[in-house]
Amino acid sequence: MRAPIRSMTRIAVAAALLGSALTFGRVAVAEEAEAVAPAEAAEAGHHPSVPEVIFDHVSDGRDISFENPITGAAATINLPELHVGGFDLSITRHTVFLWLAMVVVIVVVSLAARKRSLVPRGFYSVIEVFVKFVREELAEKNIGKHHGDAYVPFLATLFFVILTANLIGLIPFAAAATGNINVTLGLAILTFIVTLFAGMKGQGVVGFWAHIVPQGVPLWLYPIMLPVEILSMLTKPFALTIRLFANMVAGHIVLFFLLGLIFLLQGVGPYIAPVSVAFATGVYFLELFVALLQAYIFTMLSALFIGMASHSH
Amino acid sequence: MTNLALAFLSAGFGAGLAVIGAGIGIGRLAAAAMEGTARQPAATGDIRTSMIIAAALIEGVTLFALVVCILLAVKA
Repeated sequence: MRAPIRSMTRIAVAAALLGSALTFGRVAVAEEAEAVAPAEAAEAGHHPSVPEVIFDHVSDGRDISFENPITGAAATINLPELHVGGFDLSITRHTVFLWLAMVVVIVVVSLAARKRSLVPRGFYSVIEVFVKFVREELAEKNIGKHHGDAYVPFLATLFFVILTANLIGLIPFAAAATGNINVTLGLAILTFIVTLFAGMKGQGVVGFWAHIVPQGVPLWLYPIMLPVEILSMLTKPFALTIRLFANMVAGHIVLFFLLGLIFLLQGVGPYIAPVSVAFATGVYFLELFVALLQAYIFTMLSALFIGMASHSH
Repeated sequence: MTNLALAFLSAGFGAGLAVIGAGIGIGRLAAAAMEGTARQPAATGDIRTSMIIAAALIEGVTLFALVVCILLAVKA
């Protein structure tokens, strides 16, 4: 158990760094376009519309704001800017919460695995259920009994990081790092690299690239099949990226819009607020389920792709 | 109709059509999986796993379409 934990930590750090590097790059572009509008709006005392508030909550930004819901007192933490050699490496909101997810995973898993025993007890047993599930249901079934164990640390790390980041997004005032397309792209690129590695390990470097097109295809079909197969190789990480990102963002937008209905339908009647709060609570519980489901699907599809690459067609 | 109005209209229609397709796809998939489970309760776990994989793939294609619609609505 010691070795998997250690490589888990290493991979978590790598994931976080890759994700945050990608986050930095994107904000540099978005920042210039949006820098003017919110500042002006705040100074003029203009109340932003409901869609503006929602997109401000869902998108990445340079600050973390807290607000006391009863008194209305608000506090904003402005994150430092950092420019290195023409690149904008400023820390953004999603970066902070991705790092928080990383720290939570490292601390919780290390603490749980500190006392190892045959009979799991306490929090150790909770972690063990998940790791055992990833190992037996995902790795061994999709990759194979012999080769599956080598990929359990990677898959378990993916699962715990995504699950933690998703759940942190459901805490009020926090943001879901997985709701940023750069973070999910970083995770998908990791899967892509591991998939290539597994393919080259399972079939040999030459064998893997020679068997990109399935055997038995007539030679005259190669000009069509080769681009199609390369495209399908690149579509897999792209689908992983979009799936996780769109699910998290869509869930949060629905949650905010249900609450925004209170403000949109102002003056219609007193019964709007209870109904929309009740629906929002329902969607919140659905989001708890989606957080777990998306972590599971991302991990399972990663295992599936690794398994597909490591066996020849 | 202006170009802007057309872009918004197509974004709305596109989202609706994509969701219809996904609804039909996942609905048929779930129906088949339930039927399979009812006929062969011992295979429940395997059927559920392959159902989730297929549903995730269908959902992925739908989300591609929805991203196009969101880009149309946001960039317009």
